[in-house]
Amino acid sequence: MKRSRILAAGLAASLATAAFVPQATAEVTRGALLTTSCFSCHSIDGTGNMPGLVGYPRDLMISQMQAFKDGSRPGTIMNRHARGYTDEEIVLMADYFSTIE
Amino acid sequence: MANVTRRNFLKAIGIGGAAAATGFGCAANGTVADARSAHVVVVGGGSGGATAAKYLKRFSPEMQVTLIEPNATYYTCYGSNWVIGGHALMDDIKHTYGALKDRHGVNVVQDTVTEVDPARRTVRTAGGATMNYDRLIMSPGIDFRYDAVPGITAADAERIPHAWKAGEQTRLLRSQLEAMPNGGVFVMVAPGNPFRCPPGPYERASMVAHYFKQAKPRSKIIILDNKENFSKQGLFMSGWEQHYGEMIEWVPSSQGGQVEEIDAANLTAISDAGFTRIKADVLNYIPPQSAGAIAQQAGLVGDTFWCPVNQLTFESSIHPGIYVIGDSSVAGAMPKSGHSANNQAKVAAAAIVRELSGQEPLMPSTANTCYSLITPDHAISVAAVYAYKDGTISAVEGAGGVSPADAPASFRQQEALYTKGWYDGITADIWG
Repeated sequence: MKRSRILAAGLAASLATAAFVPQATAEVTRGALLTTSCFSCHSIDGTGNMPGLVGYPRDLMISQMQAFKDGSRPGTIMNRHARGYTDEEIVLMADYFSTIE
Repeated sequence: MANVTRRNFLKAIGIGGAAAATGFGCAANGTVADARSAHVVVVGGGSGGATAAKYLKRFSPEMQVTLIEPNATYYTCYGSNWVIGGHALMDDIKHTYGALKDRHGVNVVQDTVTEVDPARRTVRTAGGATMNYDRLIMSPGIDFRYDAVPGITAADAERIPHAWKAGEQTRLLRSQLEAMPNGGVFVMVAPGNPFRCPPGPYERASMVAHYFKQAKPRSKIIILDNKENFSKQGLFMSGWEQHYGEMIEWVPSSQGGQVEEIDAANLTAISDAGFTRIKADVLNYIPPQSAGAIAQQAGLVGDTFWCPVNQLTFESSIHPGIYVIGDSSVAGAMPKSGHSANNQAKVAAAAIVRELSGQEPLMPSTANTCYSLITPDHAISVAAVYAYKDGTISAVEGAGGVSPADAPASFRQQEALYTKGWYDGITADIWG
């Protein structure tokens, strides 16, 4: 299925929901908010020449972030960023990424 | 390309389940709003405002979100130096609001906000509309302080471009450089801190040098700087020496760079109490800056020229219910950059959705990434991760920093590739 059709279907579903079903409360988790920061470079749609991260395996993401963080994997800029996150935050982000289809 | 749909994204962040409402936010004026029925107005469609509008809808799809922006098309300030240097075209830095409307359900209004009334929670527009809001996000960017230096006024910008808001000003500076003779002098006056895009003047000098080297190699670039040092200074200066020899001359404030007056009619910058007069063929005066005019009108600026905010949520310290993001806000250690604005927008959007749902704000973690081109194949970067600590946004110690000083050419080239990747990624995140 082409992406435009998927989007159209998603939009229609959301509109239908708005009209007929009482809405749940929105909840933005810390993992979701942390991960939005990744989308600044690695856009959610995989635009541009930055590596796409949506669909990236959870455990591999954790091990690679740790490798950037401890210097065992060289990088241009990810090594500098990775050092800014705690182990817990890295897991939260990897968990969150694994939920995006 | 990843198979991502809006629905999947929403499902992933935990929206659309069967959880019951946990509470309601009470607006100060007595109205009750929740994250589903609330109306959030966003003022300004740049990197901060457009991101905020999009992520409010992503975080809370039923929320009514109105983005008010005067222009149908937006040119990013980042990337505009590439246009000035002839490395990119205006169309490469142009963005529109179709996806925000059609893909994300944002109500995009092309109009100018002329008045904010924090007590009544309304905004008024030049087009004559009055709009109520439950929460307001202000992302009005910068305004210029032309009263800071005598001899030049805002009207002179038609002849002496600042080119610090991209669009017509970018085109004007580019056309002046094209018309300049080989052997001419390009003089840039760089402002003191703080200002939009701290490495911007130095990337601009690099890109102009790139153009001069090809088209008019006997020309000269002089940067008169109202400060003593600048972002990524060591990397810029060694890059300039490597690629441009003596073409770029940087003059710090203590050595005649502190411009005290402009003789606008003669394109001359004056410093050292009149002893130093530098005549330009093309003069690029970048004035000191302040929060955008509407933020000042709304009474959101404090004792400085910028808007103080709660560093956890970006809610104004002066007017509850109004959030200020992007260049206009005082955001702890974060620089005034498009990347900062994009990150701050997400924090503010999450804070509003959670507040309206009766939840505490999250402990934010944000980042800044800034690439600068010295040549199209030689880029440098600065990065930082920020956390909330002791009431302010601080850089996480041991993280971030600039590109290594001793990196090989292949590293610089890879950073140049990622400069383009960053641009494509962040603009897709904002307007895509």
